[in-house]
Amino acid sequence: MANYSTNEFKAGLKIMQDGEPCSIVENEMVKPGKGQAFNRVRIRKLISGKVVEKTFKSGDSVEGADVVDVDLAYLYNDGEFWHFMNNETFEQLAADAKAVGDMTKWLVEQDVCTLTLWNGNPIAVTPPNFVELEIVETDPGLKGDTAGTGGKPATLSTGAVVRVPLFVQIGEIIKVDTRSGEYVSRVQK
Amino acid sequence: MQLSDNWRPSASLELLQQRAALLRQLREFFWQRQVLEVDTPLLSRYGVTDVHLSNLQTEIAVLPNQPFYLQTSPEYAMKRLLAAYGCSIYQLGKVFRDDEVGPRHNPEFTMLEWYRVGFTMAELIAEVVELLLLVLGERMVVQQTYQELFQRYLAVDPLAASVSQLQRALSDYTEVADLAEREDDRDTLLQLAMACVIEPRLNIDAITIVTHFPSSQAALAEIAADDSRVALRFEVYAGGIELANGYQELTQATEQTQRFAIDNQLRLQLGRPQAAADTRLLQALAAGFPNCAGVALGFDRLLMIQSKKANIQSVLPFDLSCA
Repeated sequence: MANYSTNEFKAGLKIMQDGEPCSIVENEMVKPGKGQAFNRVRIRKLISGKVVEKTFKSGDSVEGADVVDVDLAYLYNDGEFWHFMNNETFEQLAADAKAVGDMTKWLVEQDVCTLTLWNGNPIAVTPPNFVELEIVETDPGLKGDTAGTGGKPATLSTGAVVRVPLFVQIGEIIKVDTRSGEYVSRVQK
Repeated sequence: MQLSDNWRPSASLELLQQRAALLRQLREFFWQRQVLEVDTPLLSRYGVTDVHLSNLQTEIAVLPNQPFYLQTSPEYAMKRLLAAYGCSIYQLGKVFRDDEVGPRHNPEFTMLEWYRVGFTMAELIAEVVELLLLVLGERMVVQQTYQELFQRYLAVDPLAASVSQLQRALSDYTEVADLAEREDDRDTLLQLAMACVIEPRLNIDAITIVTHFPSSQAALAEIAADDSRVALRFEVYAGGIELANGYQELTQATEQTQRFAIDNQLRLQLGRPQAAADTRLLQALAAGFPNCAGVALGFDRLLMIQSKKANIQSVLPFDLSCA
């Protein structure tokens, strides 16, 4: 993998730090009138998700990280791995529990997810912004009630728990925003 | 930096009016004190030797094979005037620095530089403070030595500490700890501490004057007569940014010749191009240079602080992205 000079630093650039691939969030040059210039950067570690600050001497080089995002359709979970497929080449990739993390609760078969690959191996899975899932468990609640009372918890087919309005019932399909984990609407079958 | 095809100015009309008023106020300040305004050439046969500064360079068609350099500060030419005429002078105009782009940097910017014949560093600091209070309004003024600042923020003596003591002091600050660990140049560690640890922690509402920099960072300042570890150099910080840098000016040609040579040695070590020493400056110093103190102040930054703008583009008619 190529090295990057601090002159090439910008948000989104992928570099190696502390043995972990990282993405630059923010880069600022600090240049005293007399003296060495520095680059102060905020980076997100792509495996641990931690955001940290680092400083480099301007002009120094940093090892790049071979990190790419690919869009793959979710197939199934075999108990150990989550399998995804490229819909054009039909190539398959398996992600482990560490890569999938708690995103497993938003994985719907055939949905196209974004997999972040480091040296070809999945290190993170990002589900679509919206997914549709069936409610498998929730209190019956009062029919005809409207949203605004705070709702009730509902368990979805993947195990995810979201707050839904009181009128939503078991067996219904709902649309959920995976970024916030919030209920959006019911879906007509 | 993203270049833009937008034709609109980067500063508002209100800011341009404030800019014009400040230019006028500064000229009035020096007019009243009978400091002569000069406008020395920005295009010169010599560039700067300072290791960390970089000139933009061009050629003149009728003088082939002779590079000309856009000045990073009017210092050398102003010093030739000081040697020739011995009177206090100021220059308020553009300068150019390569490699400097960011929220506080534009490669072309406006600098206010002035020299006071017969002034000591303390007298010049008093004048800088007077000017800043006039422009920025009443605020607290704090004056500390470089050594005091390091003792306060890093519990280390910058004039005595070894490389490993400096590394240890910096290891408490996670944002610089990695770099400090792999860096073994003493001055780079001191500059890292100053720029990335101390400067961001200075009182943003106060004017902070830092004096007596280590003699290894003397630049063009005299070494203190009573303590050779420090130079009579000061820096001014306000609104959380570095605003001005001043010296009790070095007057000896031999010492200046040596410093030029040291700069070029360092340039060689760092793989940077050699910079020919301006021999006219050396001749001027040899001809007899008056005792004086001088300071350079970033005009655009002063306007940023006065107008409470965080980005230099807000105070420039057109910043580099749309220049």
